[in-house]
Amino acid sequence: MNTVLESLNRALLNALKTDERVLLMGEDILDPYGGSFKVSKGLSTKFPKRVLTTPISEAGFTGLAAGMAMRGLLPVVEIMFGDFVTLIADQLINHIVKFPWMYNQKVTVPIVIRAPMGGRRGYGPTHSQTLEKLYLGVPGLVVLAPTALGNPGRLLEVAIFQEKRPVLFVENKLLYLSKLFDINSSPDYSLEQIVLKRDHLEKTENYYPYPIYVLKIADAPKCDLTLVTYGYMAEVARNAMLRLAYESEIFVEMIVPTILAPYQCAPVIRSLDKSKRLLVVEEGTLTLGWGAEVITRVVEQLPNRLRAIHRLASKDFPIPASGYLEREFLPNEEDIVAKVRKIMKES
Amino acid sequence: MTITETNETLYSMIYRIRKFEETVLENFPKGVFWGTTHTYIGQEANAVGVLSHLQEDDIVFSNHRSHGHFIAYGGDMSTLFAELMGKPSGVCGGRGGSQHLHWKNFYSNGIQGGIAPIATGMALAEKYKNTGAIAIAFLGDGTFGEGIVYETLNLASLWKAPILFVVENNHIAQTTPENLTIAGKIRDRFSSFGVSVVEMDTSDVLDIYQQAGKSINEVRENKMPYGLVLNTYRFGPHSKGDDTRNPQVLKQIIKTRDPLRIQAERVSVGVRENITKKMDDEVLTAYKEALEAPLFEDIYENSSDDVT
Ligand SMILES: Cc1ncc(C[n+]2csc(CCOP(=O)(O)OP(=O)(O)O)c2C)c(N)n1
Ligand SMILES: [Mg+2]
Repeated sequence: MNTVLESLNRALLNALKTDERVLLMGEDILDPYGGSFKVSKGLSTKFPKRVLTTPISEAGFTGLAAGMAMRGLLPVVEIMFGDFVTLIADQLINHIVKFPWMYNQKVTVPIVIRAPMGGRRGYGPTHSQTLEKLYLGVPGLVVLAPTALGNPGRLLEVAIFQEKRPVLFVENKLLYLSKLFDINSSPDYSLEQIVLKRDHLEKTENYYPYPIYVLKIADAPKCDLTLVTYGYMAEVARNAMLRLAYESEIFVEMIVPTILAPYQCAPVIRSLDKSKRLLVVEEGTLTLGWGAEVITRVVEQLPNRLRAIHRLASKDFPIPASGYLEREFLPNEEDIVAKVRKIMKES
Repeated sequence: MTITETNETLYSMIYRIRKFEETVLENFPKGVFWGTTHTYIGQEANAVGVLSHLQEDDIVFSNHRSHGHFIAYGGDMSTLFAELMGKPSGVCGGRGGSQHLHWKNFYSNGIQGGIAPIATGMALAEKYKNTGAIAIAFLGDGTFGEGIVYETLNLASLWKAPILFVVENNHIAQTTPENLTIAGKIRDRFSSFGVSVVEMDTSDVLDIYQQAGKSINEVRENKMPYGLVLNTYRFGPHSKGDDTRNPQVLKQIIKTRDPLRIQAERVSVGVRENITKKMDDEVLTAYKEALEAPLFEDIYENSSDDVT
């Protein structure tokens, strides 16, 4: 069985193999080490000229990669820990995403910036964060998050080869070792993959190449609640779904987008038509986060039609190093189960 | 080109930029332009001397003070005026304005320092593609306060990027003099990253032209980064009407360091008159053309395409 890590690693290998324009850049990514989380393992041995280890200069090498992207190459940048995306803020916000638009669509900057985010490993306040919320809603930036329900490597290849806009590719650290979901060996679930049509934008291809996954309990007699989440939280929520079904006969439908921004989540509305209850779960901090946007969009489209609207996210504090404390700060399976039971009781 | 022809070309380029910038400052109070502007008056010899050596595919990355660079690159004055006026016929359709230009292989951005790694990445891409093109990036003295510049010098040197960093040290950043922002010497900052650097203190375009030719050749031949520090003077305000310097001191500087006057001495009076007339005409025509250019027909269409 394959892991998300293997899927991403294979995708990078494949990208390097199939196209000479692809270049990887990041700190400590050379073999035998292969990067802090081993996503680039084996790649520098096969492609020594196109896998470049960098000084500890996140802004510098991200800017270099952007310049390369503007002149026809397809660079993929690794930010060793997602926490360090703060250092590339100016390059990303005032340079990379600005160029296509302010130069009147005369240039593209097809850069992919990979960033391992997330906690639960005891790395403490500066190496455990889920910081993509800082970059959600930056016009011109695509933020993607792979899920074990889909094909992470395929998503990365789409980001490298098909997406012309700059991409922030958010990888959760615990997701790396998660096994890819295999519906054939998971009889408890049913899985649907939705690809949205871009009917309002006909300039490029007509479909968003970023699938949205809908996971249900197989043969569920009803739909009690719609749970929206992404990345590693979908793994946690998947287990919670099963417990809720078996232990409490509560049937949750989970919606997992792979594109976080620009916001694309029509299937949420469709599911809420049945469930009338919404729970958004994310590992980022609660206040002013992704969940707030998901909920706002829902409320804008379905005013006064829902019985319950709730969020579950990390506490609005830095993340402690101690595993005992960290557990209390990040949303876990128990929290999801308890929250859903409470919602069902109260609505 | 004969020496006489070279001298005349250099003179007319300097004059063209001077006239363009004077027209900008003169008309700003009329409300025809949006936002702000940073004029190049006094520094024209730098852009003209350096960019006269460009080859077709070479890349130029400029900063907030970009008009002179753009015109010396060969950019069209009418579209530049139109860009300042925020019109659809502008260089970037009115989206960028004075500090954010892109045409052919010319780019500029208004964030200090951030262009350095991008220009370096561009140079590396051209080297990787084997096109023979090089990059030139313009940076001011004040910009050497930004850390990204040093990350870039390190990377450019390590990865041998074919780029020429041109520092226009006009000894002031907005209102802050060099002695309050630069410890040590700018040129030493290049040397400490193993980047060869030449420093000049002249407003004579011929001197700059000759040295820039050598520097650019070295970048092209050796496919490595080089530095060229040009000590220079900004005659006008930082943007518009924000000059805090002692006017007496400035007057003295202008007397000895005016690149237009210095180069004028190498051009015969008759030819000079012809050039003056021709350039005045070209700038005025460009200004009028921009002024008369139509406004947006469909604002929504022009402001909201494929961003998200
Ligand atoms: C990151 C950043 N900080 C501040 C500014 C505001 N600003 C614009 S130009 C300027 C002075 C730049 O000085 P220098 O680099 O010496 O260039 P000069 O204006 O002298 O040509 C400042 C502070 C900016 N554009 N970007
Ligand atoms: Mg200055």
